Amino acid sequence: MTDAYIKHRYEPILPEKDEWPVVKLSKERKAFVLAVAQASKNALLQLTGNNPDLLKEELETTLYREKMRIKQNPWVVDPEDDYAFWNGVKSRLVQLTAENASLSRADKMARCTSILEEITMRYAEEIASNFKHTHYKLTRRIVTFGFARLLNAARVKGIRSLFSNQFTLQDKIQIIGETDQLRQLARKGTIVMVPTHFSNLDSILIGWIISVLGLPPFIYGAGLNLFNIQIFAYFMNALGAYKVDRRKKNLPYIETLKSYSSMAMQQGVHSLFFPGGTRSRSGEIESKLKLGLLGTAIEAQRVNYERGKTDVSGKIFIVPVTINYHFVLEAPSLIKEHLSRTGQERYYEEADEFSTSYKISKFLVKFFTKGSDISVSVGRAMDVLGNYVTAEGKSLDRTGREIETSDYFMANGKVNRDEQREEEYTYHLGRRIVEEFHINNRVFSSHIVAFTAFQMIRKANKKMDLYSVLRLPEEDISLDYGAFKEAVGLVLAQIKTLKAAGKIHMAPHLNRELDAIIAHGLDNVGMYHAKRPLIRDAAGQIVTEDLSLLYFYHNRLQGYELHRLF
Amino acid sequence: MNSTGSSKSKPVGVIGMGSFGTAIANNLAEKTEVLAYVRRPEVVEQINSQHLNGSLSVHPEVKATQDIEGICRRCETLFFMVPSAAFTEVTRAFAPFLHPYHRIIHGTKGLALNLPPGENLKEISKIKRSQIRTMSEVILEETVVIRVGCLAGPNLARELMAGKPAATVIASKYNEVILEGQRLLRSDKFQVYGNADIIGVELSGVLKNIIAIAAGASKGWGWAKMRAAC
Repeated sequence: MTDAYIKHRYEPILPEKDEWPVVKLSKERKAFVLAVAQASKNALLQLTGNNPDLLKEELETTLYREKMRIKQNPWVVDPEDDYAFWNGVKSRLVQLTAENASLSRADKMARCTSILEEITMRYAEEIASNFKHTHYKLTRRIVTFGFARLLNAARVKGIRSLFSNQFTLQDKIQIIGETDQLRQLARKGTIVMVPTHFSNLDSILIGWIISVLGLPPFIYGAGLNLFNIQIFAYFMNALGAYKVDRRKKNLPYIETLKSYSSMAMQQGVHSLFFPGGTRSRSGEIESKLKLGLLGTAIEAQRVNYERGKTDVSGKIFIVPVTINYHFVLEAPSLIKEHLSRTGQERYYEEADEFSTSYKISKFLVKFFTKGSDISVSVGRAMDVLGNYVTAEGKSLDRTGREIETSDYFMANGKVNRDEQREEEYTYHLGRRIVEEFHINNRVFSSHIVAFTAFQMIRKANKKMDLYSVLRLPEEDISLDYGAFKEAVGLVLAQIKTLKAAGKIHMAPHLNRELDAIIAHGLDNVGMYHAKRPLIRDAAGQIVTEDLSLLYFYHNRLQGYELHRLF
Repeated sequence: MNSTGSSKSKPVGVIGMGSFGTAIANNLAEKTEVLAYVRRPEVVEQINSQHLNGSLSVHPEVKATQDIEGICRRCETLFFMVPSAAFTEVTRAFAPFLHPYHRIIHGTKGLALNLPPGENLKEISKIKRSQIRTMSEVILEETVVIRVGCLAGPNLARELMAGKPAATVIASKYNEVILEGQRLLRSDKFQVYGNADIIGVELSGVLKNIIAIAAGASKGWGWAKMRAAC
């Protein structure tokens, strides 16, 4: 992957919208939802070993959790009949218990299955995306046009600013990496894009990137809480989002969600999910992934091979994407959550800081009118076992020899299903994605200054644990500029060594003089927070206004053993 | 892969015919055809014509060969029974012919040093975990095979050859590898257990030898009781 930033127009790879897999999916929505509900019902029957008592217990647990959810944590987006539906389930289960003794095993099974069927159907219907092509087109135009106007209004001075086309979105959001390979592979097989996740903005950002690259829309899982807000719901639906409700942790829901993801991939629909599951609270690049959805990629790949789709059209490609910011708007609340969690505070509630349209518009205006660039690094595509693939979609081993991905699913000459094996493969793929995230990470000046400053502060307070350091009064901390500069030099040199070894990437602005890099970093690191994580005071010393925030931005360079320099 | 049919009709590969390798090959040959990779040409000849490996007798179902590619093509399951000093080298020789459908179970006790070029053991004051690889890690890093297992246990080649009862463990993250190993090796006199902690089993196989050395030393000094306690 080069560091060069790619700025050009990409032609759509599939100009006819009817060819888009996502359009085909939405045309057959009804049949697809039914198939998903059936598949998850079958998965659950298998999990409970076709035992009516076990199944009934599972249903009762689900009912209990759903009633708790409705009572304790209701959201605007919840359907009106939620209460009525679960009450219905309850009365049927109660009746079943009452008649338990007089029913035969087959009767019990039939009654439990019919309840389960209704539940999975309801879930599948809720999860399924509502993609509409007209909405997609409109949204794409609003996003591109609206954001470009905002951007120019902010950057070009004078009366003409509103009509200026001097800057386009691609000046603000830089796309680097294997974009051509991605476009080629998207024509041949199915793409599963897995980006890092730091900000709520990522969902829209990635949707826009996909459209800029000329790719047909991807489906992706978006938190149901985002659908609480009507305008957001419109955008999300238009971009092909399906809904993931983090409150529902019951087995039927999770199975339905997995079936949805897996079956969409089997149909060749490109998908996207954030493998970290949620925004990185600590500011670190994800090192532990949520394996549930990742496993669906492996399952879908095996199913394709079982059905004899052994050529590239049935192949699934994993494309890691790293998103880099100088500034994450939600940083203060994210790091607070992270610290209260790791700091052993028992109570924690899912916060929803994107709760009102007003807050979002404020965020967007702030984001697009202020400087602070973003870069999106598209990594090399891999097969579902984490082997790199060629532009033709052939998998390569470490020595560059072509290998068949289907061989991974074979035993005794046949493709077979082995859930335990696939579980191990999922771990393996997860590790490979984390590795690729670290390789594709693009270091910014702001990351380096934050990392260096925090490490120096920690070193100066060696005897304290992390939480004590974070409680230090900010006004007592100041770093001598000379020593700081020297340390930045050391970190930078090490990053260059890592880069030479192919373990990380650097933004071009790091090729300047050290003083210029530091100035650039200080200007940019968390630039629009009310309290700046790092600044240079009047006396020329390096000081901080918010240690926790500094810690957040510092975390971005964790995982490279750079702390050994201190 | 074009081959069809079950592995029952496929031969099993044994790489390395030391005393333990020969014992395992003989055991496997009770149930299946065995292809054995031998480094020295005269041993190939001796095994194939006289069914002898040095002074050890070899089951007639064991065919010796030096054709690495042929073994990899015909076998799906391979037992690597190579001494740890040669393990990396032999694994590299096999790597170009291995595919993701292969399963490798190794029976080697030992660790491999993994130093960057230009460094050697004498210059390093402290050995880190990253500088050491267990045999399964060598296989995972040098080849494309992912379904790897390890065979370890209190097995003495001589006793196995004599048909004395013994037990062993096959450790692998993959159930299918354990099951296949058990299917191939288990007999009335040879119990095969399964375990998921492959690194743990490999390390125990190596580290117990430190105690064995102490036990041997105490025997030499005539402290028989202490040796028994070890």
